[in-house]
Amino acid sequence: MAENTTLSAARIPFVVRLSMGFLALFVLFALFGTWLTPYGFRETALMHRLEAPGLFGSGSEYVLGTDARGRDLVARLAVGAQITLLVAVVGTLIGTIFGSLLGLIAAARRGYTEAAIMTAVDVQLSLPIIVVALFVLAMFDNSFTLLVLLIGFTGWEAYARLVRAATLSAKTQGYVTAQRVLGAGAARIYLRHILPNVFNVILVQFTVNLPLTILLETALSFLGLGVQPPMTSLGQIMSEGRDRLLNAWWLTLLPGTLIFLLALSISLVGDWLRDRLDPTLRGRQIA
Amino acid sequence: MTQTGHPVLGLRDLSIALPHGSDRDFAVQDISLTVQAGECVCLVGESGSGKSITGQAIMGMIPPALTRHSGQVTFCGRALDLDQPHAMQPLRGREIGMIFQEPTASLDPIMRVGAQIAEVLAVHGLRDRTQRRARLRQLLDAVHLPDPDRIAQSYPHELSGGQAQRIVIAMALAHDPKLIIADEPTTALDVTTQAEILRLLKGLQKAQGAGLLFITHDLGVVADIADHVIVMQHGRIVEQGSRDAFFSNPQHPYSRKLLAALPQRRPNTAPRPAPPVVLEARDISLTYRKHAGVLRHTLVPAVRDVSLQLRRGQTHGIVGESGSGKSSFVRCLLHLERFDSGSVHIDGQDTAQWGGTLPRSLRQRIQIVLQDPYTALNPRQRIGDTIAEAAQIHGASRDDARAKARDLLELVGLTPAAYARYPHEFSGGQRQRICIARALAPEPEILIADEAVSALDVSIQAQILALFRDLQDRLGFAILFVTHDLRVASAICDDVTVMRAGRVVEQGPMARIFDAPSAEYTRHLLEAMPDRGNFALSGVSNMAAQAQFPTDGVTP
Amino acid sequence: MTRIILFKTLRAIITLLVAVTLVFLFIRLSGDPAVALAPPDAPPAVIEEYRQRLGLDQPLWTQYLSYIGGMFQGNFGYSIHTGRSAPSLFMDRLPATLLLGLTALGISVVLGVTLGTIAALRHNSAIDRMVMSFSVFAFAMPNFFFGLLVVLTGALVFGVYFGGSGATRSLGQLLAPAATLGLATMGSFARFTRSSLLETLNKPFMTALAARGVPFRRRLLRHAVPNAAIPVVTMLGLSLGGIVAGAVVTEQVFSWPGVGQLLIRSVETRDIAVLQFIVLMIALVMTVTNLLVDLLYLALDPRMRGGRNG
Repeated sequence: MAENTTLSAARIPFVVRLSMGFLALFVLFALFGTWLTPYGFRETALMHRLEAPGLFGSGSEYVLGTDARGRDLVARLAVGAQITLLVAVVGTLIGTIFGSLLGLIAAARRGYTEAAIMTAVDVQLSLPIIVVALFVLAMFDNSFTLLVLLIGFTGWEAYARLVRAATLSAKTQGYVTAQRVLGAGAARIYLRHILPNVFNVILVQFTVNLPLTILLETALSFLGLGVQPPMTSLGQIMSEGRDRLLNAWWLTLLPGTLIFLLALSISLVGDWLRDRLDPTLRGRQIA
Repeated sequence: MTQTGHPVLGLRDLSIALPHGSDRDFAVQDISLTVQAGECVCLVGESGSGKSITGQAIMGMIPPALTRHSGQVTFCGRALDLDQPHAMQPLRGREIGMIFQEPTASLDPIMRVGAQIAEVLAVHGLRDRTQRRARLRQLLDAVHLPDPDRIAQSYPHELSGGQAQRIVIAMALAHDPKLIIADEPTTALDVTTQAEILRLLKGLQKAQGAGLLFITHDLGVVADIADHVIVMQHGRIVEQGSRDAFFSNPQHPYSRKLLAALPQRRPNTAPRPAPPVVLEARDISLTYRKHAGVLRHTLVPAVRDVSLQLRRGQTHGIVGESGSGKSSFVRCLLHLERFDSGSVHIDGQDTAQWGGTLPRSLRQRIQIVLQDPYTALNPRQRIGDTIAEAAQIHGASRDDARAKARDLLELVGLTPAAYARYPHEFSGGQRQRICIARALAPEPEILIADEAVSALDVSIQAQILALFRDLQDRLGFAILFVTHDLRVASAICDDVTVMRAGRVVEQGPMARIFDAPSAEYTRHLLEAMPDRGNFALSGVSNMAAQAQFPTDGVTP
Repeated sequence: MTRIILFKTLRAIITLLVAVTLVFLFIRLSGDPAVALAPPDAPPAVIEEYRQRLGLDQPLWTQYLSYIGGMFQGNFGYSIHTGRSAPSLFMDRLPATLLLGLTALGISVVLGVTLGTIAALRHNSAIDRMVMSFSVFAFAMPNFFFGLLVVLTGALVFGVYFGGSGATRSLGQLLAPAATLGLATMGSFARFTRSSLLETLNKPFMTALAARGVPFRRRLLRHAVPNAAIPVVTMLGLSLGGIVAGAVVTEQVFSWPGVGQLLIRSVETRDIAVLQFIVLMIALVMTVTNLLVDLLYLALDPRMRGGRNG
């Protein structure tokens, strides 16, 4: 075993290592980015509106420039990264737990329970989550909690389908039959034997879902219907900079690039993880 | 017949290298063999021996990962350039026909089988539609398919395994090839179907005078059909000779080992005072509901009025082909299915009082070993914990359970140090030993072995059978041995129940069933059994008795 | 066969009914539907009339039935903004969205499938790696960001301002938003086609066909492609969801006067009747599409039809 892990650690492809590095930096920036700048993210400076990033030689003391109200982009990006990451991780966890649980229940109970859950999946498949989110946000007062909950529902149906299928297939495996013959209780069978074996499916789906959640939150915020000022997120910063695309490019390109690189890194790490965990690829040898 | 005097096929020093980092350097090494017209050459070996890759190489279909090879392949005196697909293409399917192990998987699932045969005819030059249709009809008749018109219009999944294999054979024979390569063509089939397919294949080959290279692991089949036998191990030919010479006097230790591993009928046990019955089933019936649409389902009778008695310390075999209901019956005994009627008695206690389930106290007495050792163990649990958990469920303390797991590992021929390893680190035979240890952890009186040796290589199969016998002698449990293989049943059972289509066909002492079967179906089964004349065993009968092989159960 | 079709249709109807019910419940939960559904600036008496017509004094169950009944009579309410009926507003916007969505879907299916096929046939080559990289790129790229990049590039490099009025005066004005909208779908089609074709090429029956001397072209076109296409077809239904979701954002970025823009405006102004109608139409289109995809699947794969002879 030990030999295996050291071998594979050396075999992590360069892009994947790069992605992991970027993710680490992103998390650090989200956590401590506000320390990099003396300005607060809501601190306006009318004298310094729309200053181009000093980093690119504009001579401004604002390293990444300022927005239309003279607020420092370093501080705003750091807070935006924080909120985007928070919403994405919490949201994805909600979807993961909710969807996986429903999938597990469907496979365990079968019958009408399963039919009801699968109908719910069908309904979700007929309504893109962004449409549902817009509808609900129009109906009720936009609050941060509601937003996180809505975003959390992203992709729950994928978890439900995958976990149901994986559980059904695990149930037919000999090791579950053996446990039943031994007289093991349902709790033991599901928690100790089935769940660990469907965990890979959940983990891989998590890495697929996380970028989707990030894209949903930033899209909603970009449309002005997600994270509301004075709070900010990467999408919300872009939304504010959208009308100044040509004269203040840094307001859209910087947060946009961050979102893209974040989603990209997670996808690349996720792909690599799937290749490693996929039992159909594992142990495929010649002879 | 080829008049040139050249053999149909000649291999000289064929070697195919494996990629770096494999467990050995060559898939096959220095293979030399010939197949004459009208001759049946059997290539025998266990999994990983390189026998299948040899067949692929002759077709010029070496997997792309195995690029480096050397040696020469000649076909009717012409050297073949295996690296030139364009040169090989006209030979494939026209001069050389190939038959595969999984007949259904070797057909395009979304094309009607008639069209698939017609395609083989068309790509090798039979352009005329009417001629094609006539030839198709001829081929379907030749492989004895009933109702050829309906069959030709069917998709592969609508055919049985035997029917699909006949279609595959029809394709292989479509252009009267000079050579037929058959790679385990009957392994996936039932024994009676196997016998029919072998007879058909052999008949067609002889009629056409084609050479047949038959790749198999089953020495019983070899004894029935071979003219010439070649034994492969680890990519090398270890022995070859004519059928008679090989079986009467096998030379290489590995050949002897393979022959000795063939299941042999156990000696007749003397009449004895019958031990008490530990497990009894009375008139068990089970019907499956098969959903066929929204609110409609069809009832499939899986088990019909099956009764059976298992006595302490004895082995009772349930023999049947696929679909006979033998596994469903076992699931009823274990109360994994709710059967419609009948009763199960364990140590005289009627289990009906627990309403369709078994209490732990009874589960402790009856355990199972399953067919597929690769799925029978939780891949994420250490094997020692798997065994210990089985003991713990039945009340052992954690420490006791662990100690017991170590003891059991030793008992089934593994080292206690294997405790902390995971299933993927073990071979199939070793995993089956672990499964046996788990089943024995609650100290059952009854062990059900559901096709427990069917997925294993011959030599491993012999070891596991020996282990069952040995443990039974030591621990005294009764075994209900479910198998499709009559030879295996004859090697281990005291009594036998023959099942077909959910019903008991015949039941009685093993010797009586095998020597004087009363039911027509039993006779049919026995006739279909490979190597009925025990020819394969003739040369080793004297040495087999004392044959001892090292177990595979040391360290992984 | 008929039975399976009936069953699938029934499932689609149930799905749609559940969606309608959810919409109803949400509207009931959120406030006074009479205000929402009555014409704007209606005097209190008219609103009261609506309230009675909607039966808001009735039990929820009766209300639900009359809600559904109203739908069958084509009563979907009026926009608070313009006073026009929701369906007529929707129909005004539909052609623009259809043009954009179908162009995007067409581009992404054709290019995606082509790229995926090439990648599978050149497995492990540089082209394969490029296609795979493209598909990851397309998946991770937020379409609003990509849209802005397209607009920026257009303005700075070509001196064209995409999405001024959103009218389709030139092909470029259509292709820029269509490419933005189709990007993610194209990536997933490429990836999915690749893996499906690779899987099919590795099936035993493909080896068997080679062993029977069937030439490569024929193996590929007559056997591998039809088999690999079956799962790709199911992607069509799923990708439509992606297109619909993407259209909402893309139309906003390019000021495309389609349903997506109408949707956003209705959310901003809480134009419940219009919003409700759009959501119901999306559910209808998606459910019908998924049903058609299911039936197509049935037509393509004989194994799904059940034993004909047995």
